[in-house]
Amino acid sequence: MDRRKSLQTIILGAGAGATGLVFTGCKKDDRTTVEENIASSAEKFFGRTPEELKLIEELNAEQLFNVHEMETIAILSTVILPPKEPHGGPIEAEVPEFIEFIAKDFPEMQNTLLGGLMWLDHKSNALFGVEFKSASIDQQKQLLDTIAFHDIEIPLEKQPLEIQFFHLMRGLTVTGYYTSKVGIADLGYKGNMPNVWDGVPEDVLEQHGVAYDPEWIAKCVDQSKRDITAEWDEFGNLLT
Amino acid sequence: MQIKESSEVYDVIIVGSGAGGGMATKQLADAGLNVAVVEAGPFFDPKNPEQMTQLKWPYESPRRGAAKTRAFGEWDMAYGGWEIAGEPYTHTEGTKFDWFRSHMLGGRTNHWGRISLRFGPKDFKHKDVDGHGDNWPISYEDVKPYYDKVDKLIGVFGTNEGLPNDPDGFFLPPPKPRLHELFYINGAKKSGIPVIPARMSMLTKKINNERGICFYCGQCSRSCFVYADFSAGSCLIFPAQKSGGRVKIFVNSVVREITTNEEGKATGVSYISKDDRKEYKLKAKVVVLAASACSSARILLNSKSKQHPNGLGNSSDHVGKYLHDSTGASRSGFIPGLMNRKTSYNEDGVGGMHVYSPWWGDNSKLDFPRGYHIEISGGMGMPNYGFGYDPNEFNKFFGLKVGGYGDRLRDDVKKYYGSVIHLGGRGEGIARKDNYCEIDPTMVDQFGIPVLKFNYQWSEFEIKQAKHMQETFEELLHNMGGEPLGEKPEKDSNYGLLNPGGVIHEVGTTRMGDDPKTSVTNKYQQLHDVDNVFIVDAGPFVSQADKNCTWTILALSWRASDYIIEQLKQQNI
Repeated sequence: MDRRKSLQTIILGAGAGATGLVFTGCKKDDRTTVEENIASSAEKFFGRTPEELKLIEELNAEQLFNVHEMETIAILSTVILPPKEPHGGPIEAEVPEFIEFIAKDFPEMQNTLLGGLMWLDHKSNALFGVEFKSASIDQQKQLLDTIAFHDIEIPLEKQPLEIQFFHLMRGLTVTGYYTSKVGIADLGYKGNMPNVWDGVPEDVLEQHGVAYDPEWIAKCVDQSKRDITAEWDEFGNLLT
Repeated sequence: MQIKESSEVYDVIIVGSGAGGGMATKQLADAGLNVAVVEAGPFFDPKNPEQMTQLKWPYESPRRGAAKTRAFGEWDMAYGGWEIAGEPYTHTEGTKFDWFRSHMLGGRTNHWGRISLRFGPKDFKHKDVDGHGDNWPISYEDVKPYYDKVDKLIGVFGTNEGLPNDPDGFFLPPPKPRLHELFYINGAKKSGIPVIPARMSMLTKKINNERGICFYCGQCSRSCFVYADFSAGSCLIFPAQKSGGRVKIFVNSVVREITTNEEGKATGVSYISKDDRKEYKLKAKVVVLAASACSSARILLNSKSKQHPNGLGNSSDHVGKYLHDSTGASRSGFIPGLMNRKTSYNEDGVGGMHVYSPWWGDNSKLDFPRGYHIEISGGMGMPNYGFGYDPNEFNKFFGLKVGGYGDRLRDDVKKYYGSVIHLGGRGEGIARKDNYCEIDPTMVDQFGIPVLKFNYQWSEFEIKQAKHMQETFEELLHNMGGEPLGEKPEKDSNYGLLNPGGVIHEVGTTRMGDDPKTSVTNKYQQLHDVDNVFIVDAGPFVSQADKNCTWTILALSWRASDYIIEQLKQQNI
């Protein structure tokens, strides 16, 4: 079973609020991992220099979180940002894989994440007698409620580790989701594709109580003439 | 081992391929000269699919765009950064300078902001106005014809406003303002601060058959694959080659020094090939330095010989002196009026701002002598690493709880998407002789070339200017109904003034002048000491204005190239 599928299976269980899920380990030999896919297509698809490509390959060859930790990250991320139709959630956005990579990329995060995951299981065991990933959704929320709201008057680095951990996990989960294909669809971002900008739509101007100054707009590009070669008179007045 | 010497003698060797080197390549090759371009980094063409980052999505990378290997995020098209492994630089204790280098064909023009401002008449003669610094040996009237030609050759959008120190030009029409820019215009109006359409070198309209027209992806920092923005490779060097020019490009070639003969004249350059780490020599009748202000100064200082014991062109001891960068400070604000935005449309626009504020103040009534302009950014940009990291931190402005988890985070992200405006001030600092770079004799880079040591401190003038920026930014944000974010930078941080070098507008290290005792080049950017060496980067600037330096680098490089062609014709060099 590939890692992503296994995580999806986990989440299906978590979504049903199940406890005591049994997780199967992943066999590494009969599949292509997401990381391998990224590495093999990287050169073609996202403009890395050879040195950058090598760094990605090196990072992909390392493992930071063990299977249990990856499963816990998967469960926790979906409690933080529950999946929602039609754009899914952290699993569809490959948030656990992203967190694994980024924590290898920025080693200063590792202690907070590894230590925080241990704290989560320790606390869950103490309170409920089960590891976090196997606790019921209500138990998970009960635990998270103690760390999910930080004091905004105090710098984060001066707050307890578990608070920092949750803040980091939430940040990575939300940023991981909204930088994914499904997350961008959920956000509704319409850019990153060729188009012709011709100003803010009227209904948007109205909603925000602003208007274009006709004098200003008169100086702006007439997009119907964008394909006509520019020519000027000697004073710099555009003739075309 | 013997240094490998090529027998071919080029008419001109150009060291560096950014704005200055690109323009010199174009002009000199178009004039029929045989040109060698020596570039420290690899070949780069924005339309090469292996190098291209334009139109990539964050999820195409496992780090989602995070700034691990590239200082401005992993899509940014600069190979290099503030620190380059194996190529260090040092500082005099207690001073600061951040040096951004991009080693690739086209240099920093591949990622720059494309803000393309002419210097005004006052900027060339500012000592006459306030007594500070020095006047240039040339005036706006000397450069104007070249600014006009650069506008037409490269293309820049903007508007003719008839402002006294922000000259008109030959502009393409500007794009319409975005929503947050309308908020800025309204906010600035309340304070009487002028706002005009931005002046940027993207093609909002066709200028020729070689270049594409902007398709508004907002990603000029990734370098445009249809060549709709100005990058030196795609707009100057490739066209020079296509029109039949003799341009030989040596990439991955790090110039060590300019070689000279018994008479002290330049004979060419020696460089280290990164590919085999061997030293080579190239010969030419003329050497043009365009390696960037600091790198060109370094090459001159390292070019010591019997005839030039203090380094080439350095009999005045002025090489490296008068180093100065633009000042920079910024502030962001949350604008409640920009909340709950409809995402029904694509507002990427051009890369960067559609509007800006040129300097409006009267320095005779202020406690600092030079001005700054304001750059504006914001809007519903493409999410990248860091997006939504604190999804509801602005709840604090409404007395709501910050933090938590669950479905509400989705609502929070959408509620606040596009509601932040960033204001950046970019201003003029006074050029001072005691701000400089020199050779650090205790250190070499991995190619065995002695490195630069920086010595730079801001004066009270720049610090007071930054204070004025911060006060202005708060006022503007409040005018927009906004809340400034973070703590207001105070005196302990120089009011948020970036370290020298931080704006990446470093100029002045080989300044031009009529007096060979107090300047490095003459007004045609020819070394006083050696008549067949020219400098066409920002080194010859006498002063930076409250503008950006690129458009002036381009105009002056063209002007110097015309002079070189003329001098070769007359057999003077």
